[in-house]
Amino acid sequence: MHPALSVIFFTVVSGAGFGLIFMLGLGIPMPEGPIAAFLISVLAGGLAFVGLISSFFHLGHPERAWRAFSQWRSSWLSREGVLAFITLSFFAFYGLFWVFMGERVALLGFITSFFALCTILATGMIYAQLKTVPNWHTWMTPLCYLAFGLASGLILAAAFTSLSSALLAQGALGLVILAWAAKLLWWQRAGSIGFSGTNSDTGTATGLGKIGKVRLLEKPHSGENYLTKEMMHQIGRKHAAKLRVISLILGAAIPMFFCLAVAYMGLPTLLLVIGFLSMILGLFAERWLFFAEAKHAVSLYY
Amino acid sequence: MTTLPASTNKKLGLVIDLDVCVGCHACVVNCKEWNTGGYGAPLGDSDAYGSNPVGAWLNRIHTFEVTPDDVPASIVHFPKSCLHCEDAPCVTVCPTGASYKRTDDGIVLVEEDKCIGCGLCAWSCPYGAREMDPVEQVMKKCTLCVDRIYNENIPEIDRTPACVRTCPANARHFGDFADPNSDVSIMTRERGGMDLMPEMGTKPVNQYLPPRPKTRPEAAPQITTPEPKAEGGLLGWVDKMLEAI
Repeated sequence: MHPALSVIFFTVVSGAGFGLIFMLGLGIPMPEGPIAAFLISVLAGGLAFVGLISSFFHLGHPERAWRAFSQWRSSWLSREGVLAFITLSFFAFYGLFWVFMGERVALLGFITSFFALCTILATGMIYAQLKTVPNWHTWMTPLCYLAFGLASGLILAAAFTSLSSALLAQGALGLVILAWAAKLLWWQRAGSIGFSGTNSDTGTATGLGKIGKVRLLEKPHSGENYLTKEMMHQIGRKHAAKLRVISLILGAAIPMFFCLAVAYMGLPTLLLVIGFLSMILGLFAERWLFFAEAKHAVSLYY
Repeated sequence: MTTLPASTNKKLGLVIDLDVCVGCHACVVNCKEWNTGGYGAPLGDSDAYGSNPVGAWLNRIHTFEVTPDDVPASIVHFPKSCLHCEDAPCVTVCPTGASYKRTDDGIVLVEEDKCIGCGLCAWSCPYGAREMDPVEQVMKKCTLCVDRIYNENIPEIDRTPACVRTCPANARHFGDFADPNSDVSIMTRERGGMDLMPEMGTKPVNQYLPPRPKTRPEAAPQITTPEPKAEGGLLGWVDKMLEAI
């Protein structure tokens, strides 16, 4: 699949934003005062919002995007939009109470956290629902999205927390390890599945396999088309092995190092911001591969 | 509304006869021609006369080589357009309600004014039936020529999809699959019409008729070239004498 930068940015950054919103809603202790409350709220809401705005650049007609709120009964993309709107609305009230009254309303926080969780899951389901892309069509896809969103959110929450103990950094370390464990399993499944999950090949796709061995002799047109560009993206796969190493170094090793340093060597929690930024860069590489390596059923006809 | 109708009154669709298609691409061209001036925005092209032309087409023909174990390979031309699935995933994934399946006749359509061009419907289609218009930035797909089949301003003979009307080999047929006695239903029954990619669970309406089995003689025919023989005359005498030596 074509790895569109707007969608890669959207899924990674929004995931982190909603992950941080989830952590804040749980009531993780943060520095006192309206200014800190304001800055942290804007950061969390901002990450989620900037990601969502980025996804608009993927659309042919962004001016009609409001219509996407209408089909939540059937469409995961619509559900994702609705859930994101609900989460950000609740979070806006939560932030207002926090900034102006100095109070973090627990019930409002829990509701916000719940919807933040649902939003990240819905993002994953947009891809997991597609039978046409065997790599994505598994419950492990939303799980990975959720784990990465929560892990990057918790690193950021741990960077700003007012807790004196290293508890959060330890928690972040655990979540980063869990998220990557899930992703390694996802990669293992993706590497072995191809189209075999559905036992499909060009012979079954055309129904001509019963007669003999089938191969494409001529493409419909001599040039490229929307389908070959969108569903049969080749260039992104070229450096897959290198990109995996890069994503593991930036997305796993470096954040884990900073979590360890903060948790067990007593370094200042603010260093976790570096770990967070590195994790986001690593996740960009991971998300690039998520799209670029995914094979679409229509490629059986080409 | 992007929830699918529980059932449709008619199931309009196509039968495509892979035994007959000669791969002339006339249906492809006529489809483009009709649909660039019919339903919705024109079917756009970018760089149409340049070195890298790309355009939206609603119907494309692939050509496959099929090699059985025991006889030489044969060529099968394979037209592919929207199959107007009963369980169309492209409809349910649409976030805006632009994609829908008509309750009356089962045609899957895009309401272009509502399409945001997210492309998710094209991702959900295993057949590659939907293409983004490079100019209009909305999703394009086969309409089963909804603006022809009910059109009382054109002669009755023309009230079939453009691809069917133009096919010089009669490889494409249009009809109602809900009616067991329609031509398309009978053809599908008699020729063993097949669903494409049934494992995707889309329940396509369009049916493909497999190529008829090729004749396979018991033994390969012996090709003998008769020896040239001159009959009578001087040449005949020389031929006879030289053979006798």
